[in-house]
Amino acid sequence: MSAFVQYTLQGLAAGGFYALAALGLAVIFGVLGVVNFSHGACYMLGAVAAAVLLDVVGMHFWVALVVVPILLFVVGVLMERLLVRWLLRLDPLYNFLLTFGLSLILVDVVKRRYGVSGLPYERPAGLDGQLHIGALGLSTYQVFACLFSFLICGLVWLLLTRTRVGMIVRASTEDAERTRALGINVGRWVTPVFGFGIALAGLAGVMAAPFRAITADMGSNFVIILFAVVVIGGLGSILGAVVAGFLVGLVEAYGQAYAPAFAQVVIFVLMAGVVLFRPAGLFGREETA
Amino acid sequence: MRSKKPAAAVAAAVCGSLALAACGGGGPSSGGGKLSNDKVVLGLLNDQSGVYKDLSGPNAKIAIQMAIDDYKAKYGAKAVAKTIEIVTADHQNKPDIANTKAQEMYDRQNADVILDVPTSSAALAVASQAKAKKKLFIDVTAGTTKLTGSACNKYTYAWAYDTAMLAKGTGTTVVKKGGKSWSIVYPDYAFGQDMQKSFTKAVTDAGGTVQQNIPTPFPNDNFATFITKAASTNPKVIGIMAAGGDLINFVKQYNQAGMQSKAQLAVGLMFITDIHSLGVDQFAGTSFTDPWYWNLDAKNRAWADKFQAKTNTRPSFAHAGNYSAAMNYLEAVQAAGTDASEAVIKALDGKKINDIFLRNGEVRSDHRVIHDVYLAKVKSKNQVKEPWDYEQIVETIPAADAFEPVSPDCHM
Repeated sequence: MSAFVQYTLQGLAAGGFYALAALGLAVIFGVLGVVNFSHGACYMLGAVAAAVLLDVVGMHFWVALVVVPILLFVVGVLMERLLVRWLLRLDPLYNFLLTFGLSLILVDVVKRRYGVSGLPYERPAGLDGQLHIGALGLSTYQVFACLFSFLICGLVWLLLTRTRVGMIVRASTEDAERTRALGINVGRWVTPVFGFGIALAGLAGVMAAPFRAITADMGSNFVIILFAVVVIGGLGSILGAVVAGFLVGLVEAYGQAYAPAFAQVVIFVLMAGVVLFRPAGLFGREETA
Repeated sequence: MRSKKPAAAVAAAVCGSLALAACGGGGPSSGGGKLSNDKVVLGLLNDQSGVYKDLSGPNAKIAIQMAIDDYKAKYGAKAVAKTIEIVTADHQNKPDIANTKAQEMYDRQNADVILDVPTSSAALAVASQAKAKKKLFIDVTAGTTKLTGSACNKYTYAWAYDTAMLAKGTGTTVVKKGGKSWSIVYPDYAFGQDMQKSFTKAVTDAGGTVQQNIPTPFPNDNFATFITKAASTNPKVIGIMAAGGDLINFVKQYNQAGMQSKAQLAVGLMFITDIHSLGVDQFAGTSFTDPWYWNLDAKNRAWADKFQAKTNTRPSFAHAGNYSAAMNYLEAVQAAGTDASEAVIKALDGKKINDIFLRNGEVRSDHRVIHDVYLAKVKSKNQVKEPWDYEQIVETIPAADAFEPVSPDCHM
């Protein structure tokens, strides 16, 4: 029983990363119709930025959690302004290829500058060790990762449902044409939304920094699982991305615990199942798929 | 060109009538015609851009260049090899690319020997090319026992280490020091399976028990569940057989789960570049076997200083191993008076070597180079006195005990 609770927590903690990053992917797809393949690379940039800032200016983990997403927001704005924007009128495939190429470039630039064996990151004080609840020993960091990603997802949810900006973003996610017809300048929100999505990937990267290998390649596998998450949740569905993120985290953890040989396959079996029986994803609608 | 004449005379005496024929064909300007193409070409085939780049990569070329400089300084005008070139290629750790590149090096770039070649599958491909082309291959960074086992051949040498040696070193010594019960976590592909088998054998032979063998996907970035599982039987030692980024993922999460105080961590294969990239405090207390350490003694340190002056970093065992392999190859050419493979092999076989890399080294009949290796423990942060000062040598494992005996599968 205690092991099961631990596996569940581990699954939710891993799911938190997926949920945060997938949320960014979903928002970008919703508003821009861009399938951003460079999301994994942006996750990597978040972790690398945290490590470099710690090394150079001694920036603490907690500060990096705020600063790095802001930096990544700027990166996202630049990406959108300089590159993505020009291909929006064309087939979405062009932007898919563009962001794919971009991620290869980002990975190679980081490799060139920081090598391939990775960057060190000191463990932040306070996240080490375990919390003891009764007979259960739970990793402090996992509890934190879990709660923190819940919190951020909750905040994003409030932002989307309770503010005017959020209303516009949701409206254009649902139907950009109709929103435009209502006299709302959707174009104005395109750049900040792209930046916001990238910032979320960066935030997931910072969270990963203390407890995962910070290498140029760290996003390459991550992005594959991320796409499985988004497909399971439903492309462009914001709630779907979050739910599927945690779901995939759990499936992965239980898979590793009870059928290790199939741990990675189960995610894709789940994806295949969803695509077969609900092609639009768990929370997607047919016409957006 | 005049200076080459005495060397030519010596070489002519050594290599006999066969070489004389070659000398005759060389023309007046060729001087020492006992060398194919009038020069010795060393091929460096390794990972120049991927996961093993920091470990050997481009800096291995600098190590080999150091060997060339030392060789020339040692023999001066008497050097058999007057012109020595290095050709390099990136095999991206893929056996098919390694195969083509090796072929290209031997055939078109006239490489007399290929050095380094990390990644076992790539090294095995190069070994079969070496056999087909009858040219030498000295493996430094690949760890498969097959190179001196079922896939052994006359033209292939294994200079630094293999998986069996790592298992014997770490497995046996840790059990002897009280770590009797083990859980082994390994990535589920050829290298990981090989390591898991070798470690299980070493631990059981030494009187320990392996409670659990836990395969993990490869590559993998989330090990939390596997760590919980490994710890569930309360083993004294948890052995991790992953390498590179996966190893770093595992260790970070191992520490984060507060395992350091519960079980000793033993790492199958670890390079000093791993410790450097993760930060010494993450690895503190971890046991592993190292074929060579830069700060072992004054001799190693002096060489490491020279290396650092050129590269701005401390050498890994792969760098020192490449230096040693290149140097001893050139010494063998010197002794043979030619770069003809058969003669060089004759000069290398059975040779006893003590240099900056090998202590009590010997080139065994199966072409495995045996030498003293070291059981190391990673220092804690406050023990570190200078950059790259990461290892505390717990025990020197003598050459005779460090390696498995000659494999019955090897027929040359």
